Amino acid sequence: MNSSQLLGFATFAYLAASILYIGIFVFRAKKLGVAAALLLTLGFLFNTGGIILRWVESYQQGIGHAPMSNMYESLIFFAWCIAIFYLFLEFKFKNRLIGAFAVPFAFLSMALASLKDPDITPLVPALQSNWLIAHVVTCFVGYAAFAVAAGMGIMYLVRSASLEGGKEKNPAGLLATLPGLKMIDDITHKTIVFGFLWLSGGIITGAIWANSAWGTYWSWDPKETWSLITWFVYAGALHARFTKGWGGKRIAWLAIIGFVAVMFTYYGVNYLLSGLHSYGGG
Amino acid sequence: MQKNKNEVWAFFASVKLALFTFFILAAASVIGTVIPQGKEMQFYIEVFGPGTAKLFQLLNVPDMYNSWWFVSLLVLFSINLIVCTIDRFPNIWRLVTMDNLALDIGRILKMPRHQTFHSDLPAAEVALAVEGMSTAWKFDKADRDGAILLAAQKGPWTRLGVIAVHLSILVIFIGAIIGSLLGFKGSVMIREGGSAKQIYLYDAGNTPVPLDFEVRCDRFELQRYDTGTPKAYISDLVVIDGGQEILKKTITVNDPLKYKGLTFYQSSYQPLDDAYAIEIENQTTAASKKFYMGRGSAVEWKEEGLKFRITDRMGPYGMGVYRHKLLFNDNSQKPVEFWAEEGKMYIVERPEADYIFSLRPLFFTGLQVAKDPGVWWVYIGCGMMLLGLYVAFFLSHRKVWIYLAEEESGSRLHLSGTSNKNKIGFDNDFSALMELLERNDSLKLKRE
Repeated sequence: MNSSQLLGFATFAYLAASILYIGIFVFRAKKLGVAAALLLTLGFLFNTGGIILRWVESYQQGIGHAPMSNMYESLIFFAWCIAIFYLFLEFKFKNRLIGAFAVPFAFLSMALASLKDPDITPLVPALQSNWLIAHVVTCFVGYAAFAVAAGMGIMYLVRSASLEGGKEKNPAGLLATLPGLKMIDDITHKTIVFGFLWLSGGIITGAIWANSAWGTYWSWDPKETWSLITWFVYAGALHARFTKGWGGKRIAWLAIIGFVAVMFTYYGVNYLLSGLHSYGGG
Repeated sequence: MQKNKNEVWAFFASVKLALFTFFILAAASVIGTVIPQGKEMQFYIEVFGPGTAKLFQLLNVPDMYNSWWFVSLLVLFSINLIVCTIDRFPNIWRLVTMDNLALDIGRILKMPRHQTFHSDLPAAEVALAVEGMSTAWKFDKADRDGAILLAAQKGPWTRLGVIAVHLSILVIFIGAIIGSLLGFKGSVMIREGGSAKQIYLYDAGNTPVPLDFEVRCDRFELQRYDTGTPKAYISDLVVIDGGQEILKKTITVNDPLKYKGLTFYQSSYQPLDDAYAIEIENQTTAASKKFYMGRGSAVEWKEEGLKFRITDRMGPYGMGVYRHKLLFNDNSQKPVEFWAEEGKMYIVERPEADYIFSLRPLFFTGLQVAKDPGVWWVYIGCGMMLLGLYVAFFLSHRKVWIYLAEEESGSRLHLSGTSNKNKIGFDNDFSALMELLERNDSLKLKRE
């Protein structure tokens, strides 16, 4: 058994869980709920095991380090964060219908990872720091929350479009099974709030790390700048809600736009722009 | 005139301006991530054409984050933050320090959560019993037109969280300004065995800045993994101040040297052209010595009566490693010649003693040097921001009141409460208090 196998199982478990969650949503098959949650939990356990085993394997190869040092490893950790964050939401809000809009993100992240080079590579000198774990964990907890918030935003738009279309007259209609708009709106907002705190933490840990490695806590490197742009998008969303009472579709759209900025910060910058985080590519 | 002033004030205090600044700052920041920063003018002319390059120069796009217009946006952002804080603070402070016992009874009874009870006891006795209860709520008491009002609250100070977040950004800016006014950034290359008494700023003229001490580099080492990728850049640095070796430190990329407010970071390296460090040890006596030499020049270790010289070079072999031909002689006057590969140890057997011999190329170590007295402000601001965000988002100001009015056979108890956020959390809190009151037999409460 090696980490790649475990992570392969995790990918399939997430795929199966995604299909079931979408099934629950499309066919209103609430009976699938337990199976979906179990598969997701199983995938999460494989994912956890895969990360731990990869960590151990790196030590066996004499280049021990936390598996958070390149795109492959970060995508796997991203999937892990989405899975645990979603499981927490499901537990807290006692609702499995939102899974269709959150769990597929975990699968997509794993699927994307499978296209990357899975070799364990030694850490370049710049990454040999205790700040590596703090920085990656804070960032990805935030990213995972934003992924789920975007899923909730999509769900909100789907739901409100169906309400406006007047299809809801039939109470047995497909979308009527979704939680109420108010609840989706509330989850979206709370998730953004949570993500914002962690994103701020991620930017701050990155700044402290940069200062200890290069003597500059902020150098307007593209990754830094894009994380700030993302921060502004969510700061704007929060201010609009707190002071202008924005909600509903506007916040749903902001959750989606914010996540696009997150994805560009995380993924796009590495491939489209150059900068200090270039080792994050490949 | 007064109205005008208010309008200007209201403009700078507005959330609209904040949203506008967020948007403009975010949009403007994109420019510098797409257009490469800090290149020569020639680069922009080649890539974007002379016309656009001229415009870039006019708007300082090659260094846009320091341009007048971008800094102006940050100033606007700061003014917005300051004015908004001053504008909102009195109101927030009033809510923090407000006397909950002085509130209008009508409003208290209509709070989002409320419940009425009847008690067989007179109001004064119920009030005493409530005050004697062990609960996280600490009640204050007041007489209101013959009735009794009890009030308690949790976390009034949490309302300051939002102010802390806003001020934290200003604290970070203060740190950045202190850093740019009183600090500097520069670099210096030091040859192994050499030392530096000045560093060079990252400005157009690479202005030298004299140090009031000296930094010596005893050794630079580039370690590689088996795959050839760099594993570590290591420099042994020594601080010499007033003729004394004050401080020795081996620095690596994430572990700089700090002395007198300056920090020396390992940032680069460069091989010297045809210069080598040779280490040699007498295996019998363990006496050893280190020499720095170039090709062709002869070196003598007088105590051991050794003379040696690099006469030739072959290579490079894998990873840029060379082999060097050495002419090695001692008092026996029977010189030997041998090829030594860089970084390898050789044992040279001589009649009088055996020597462990190694040779490696010499490097300059590249150090980034920074003085930033503002960095602690930045860190304090960061801490304040995280703490403030946590308080502002996850903690709430919760208030409860108990209004006790006399009735014919006992008294009427109105329990009411409100929270400025996290309504669900407060509901639980409120229900728990309600249950506590109901279960307390000495209160003799009946829900109405």
